[in-house]
Amino acid sequence: MSQPKTKKETEDLLELYRQMLLIRRFEEASAKAYSMGKIGGFCHLYIGQEAVGVGAISALEQKDYIVSTYRDHGHALARGLEPKSLMAELYGKKTGIVSGNGGSMHFFDKKKNFMGGHGIVGGHISLAAGIAYASKYREDGAVTLCFFGEGAANIGSFHEGMNLAAIWKLPLVMICENNHYAMGTPEYRALSVKDVSVRATAYDIARDHIEGDEVRKVRDHVKVAVERARRGEGPTLMEISTYRFRGHSMSDPAKYRTKEELDKYKQGDPLIKAEKDLLSAGWAQEELTKMDETILKTVEESVDFAEKSEEPPLGWLYKHVYAENV
Amino acid sequence: MAVLTYREALNRAMTEEMEKDPNIFLMGEEVGHYEGAYKVSQGMLAKFGEKRVIDTPISENGFAGVGIGAAMVGLRPIIEFMTWNFSLVAIDQIINSAAKMNYMSAGQFPIPIVFRGAGGAGGRLAAQHSQSFESWYAHIPGLKVLAPYTPADAYGLLKTSIRDNNPTIFIESEVLYGSKGEVPEGEFLIPMGKSDIKREGTQLTIISWSRALMYVLPAAEKLAKEGISVEVLDLRSIRPLDEEGILASVRKTNKVLIVEEGWNVAGFGAQVAYLIQKEAFDYLDSPIERITQEDVPMPYAANLEKSSLPSEEKIIKKVREMIQ
Ligand SMILES: Cc1ncc(C[n+]2csc(CCOP(=O)(O)OP(=O)(O)O)c2C)c(N)n1
Repeated sequence: MSQPKTKKETEDLLELYRQMLLIRRFEEASAKAYSMGKIGGFCHLYIGQEAVGVGAISALEQKDYIVSTYRDHGHALARGLEPKSLMAELYGKKTGIVSGNGGSMHFFDKKKNFMGGHGIVGGHISLAAGIAYASKYREDGAVTLCFFGEGAANIGSFHEGMNLAAIWKLPLVMICENNHYAMGTPEYRALSVKDVSVRATAYDIARDHIEGDEVRKVRDHVKVAVERARRGEGPTLMEISTYRFRGHSMSDPAKYRTKEELDKYKQGDPLIKAEKDLLSAGWAQEELTKMDETILKTVEESVDFAEKSEEPPLGWLYKHVYAENV
Repeated sequence: MAVLTYREALNRAMTEEMEKDPNIFLMGEEVGHYEGAYKVSQGMLAKFGEKRVIDTPISENGFAGVGIGAAMVGLRPIIEFMTWNFSLVAIDQIINSAAKMNYMSAGQFPIPIVFRGAGGAGGRLAAQHSQSFESWYAHIPGLKVLAPYTPADAYGLLKTSIRDNNPTIFIESEVLYGSKGEVPEGEFLIPMGKSDIKREGTQLTIISWSRALMYVLPAAEKLAKEGISVEVLDLRSIRPLDEEGILASVRKTNKVLIVEEGWNVAGFGAQVAYLIQKEAFDYLDSPIERITQEDVPMPYAANLEKSSLPSEEKIIKKVREMIQ
């Protein structure tokens, strides 16, 4: 893959690069706000993994669904959720995407079929199977994409969700973003296999395994799985190998890994890769710098918006505990 | 008026609702081809087909999650747990996903789902198959919890639950499935949060629900013969709770005994007692009493099992003491 060849390919990569850069800058800003005590709770950053979310989500149509984990900022931005309302959510303001009810781990946007960030490791996998089940039930042609980490591949919900998706041939694409650590536990201490996707064979479903440093490659592979699902041929389990440059969350200094290891992975930074490809395809450095400036401005505006927004009124405490019966 | 068994009443409620709304489906272990472990879904597979009456593998956490996911996008699943004992495997999904989804999505994703199945103690099923979990689920904001005693209540409340836009924990009583009762012809609904006076009385109120009423009602009958007039209030709906109904009865009789099949410590009866002392303290002529399952896992031995549960004798003895 690597270098784009035609103008169309170059422009395509440029758009994907823009999305990845937005995630990077948004998360740098959230890290800063977190350090200043503006953001509470846990804050799990996606920095380093951008090519996976952006590549995978760009393989979808609007009618398709996305189910995410507590590491959901990147997935939400890649789906086109508003940076302003996401930042306001991190700040716990009433203008947040879920009006301050969710915070970092629980972004939801019904209009965009963004079915949530979920905080229980692996619990969302069977929810994703359920959403895919509904698509099959209604024959609406939608596919559900579910992200999870390699740590989640050890929990019962993963196995049950995979078996149910397999026996009912659900339109589900399960993407294991293997960043090699579950909090401080390296994969070799927790997984019986080196490649999570081989577990697909136990359920007799399709599998795939790729490196997740090239955004267009990710999309091409995910597309194959999405199309398979759309044709009614059932689920796919993919492992996309990646790396998080930060700790598990903002409160984790990541002392369990060496600097050498981190440096090695930083060589494969998906943003640098895409940038190099764009430059060698003839794109001017100034154009990219200008793009970065525009993105920085968008992010600054979202921080400003979050800062200035009001907190939810206290009267909202009991709002949405129960849905109305209309 | 038709006389139906508890299981037939449940079956009628589900069947009628599914005939009306194609978004409703029934899913669980053995609900289809086997027609339900307790035969509650008899005839439903033949009527609705495999698309809407779905047999699952043994994977409670998985299919509870599937139901919740499907509900997120507008279907209205009924998830049967073969018994509530096995719901513990799915409790993460029920509490962490179903109960919280509407709140954490700020109202974007209501979860119109019914989790239903056999609950309660008895039948010499021993420690792992003989327990009441109303108190557990009632603890969770975002859930509604129902536990009907009569076939008519089972019918009317199940229909209400299916139409509710929230996750409902519908605890049927394993030992009541074959019990019979009059169920009015034609459709009717029973609102949640409404208790029912199963017997009028003046001297003392017994508050109870579900199969514990099997002991309470005959006890009240016998006490009446001794000249003691007991009012029996069937909560039916644990959450929401009919606070007004409870207080009205307490104001009338001034004495309260709470009888429940679950354990004493942190049991739901403690919550009811708190409510009464808070809101009707001045009306009480004696301390509120409780009779519950003993503070032990359910024993297998017939005599021990019996002695661990509430009984007619225990209730009669306690009421006599309280009336002194
Ligand atoms: C059921 C459950 N157990 C433990 C946790 C605490 N926890 C949160 S994230 C995490 C690590 C998960 O790692 P992985 O699935 O690989 O995803 P990653 O964070 O690497 O994206 C743990 C143990 C949890 N949230 N849920």
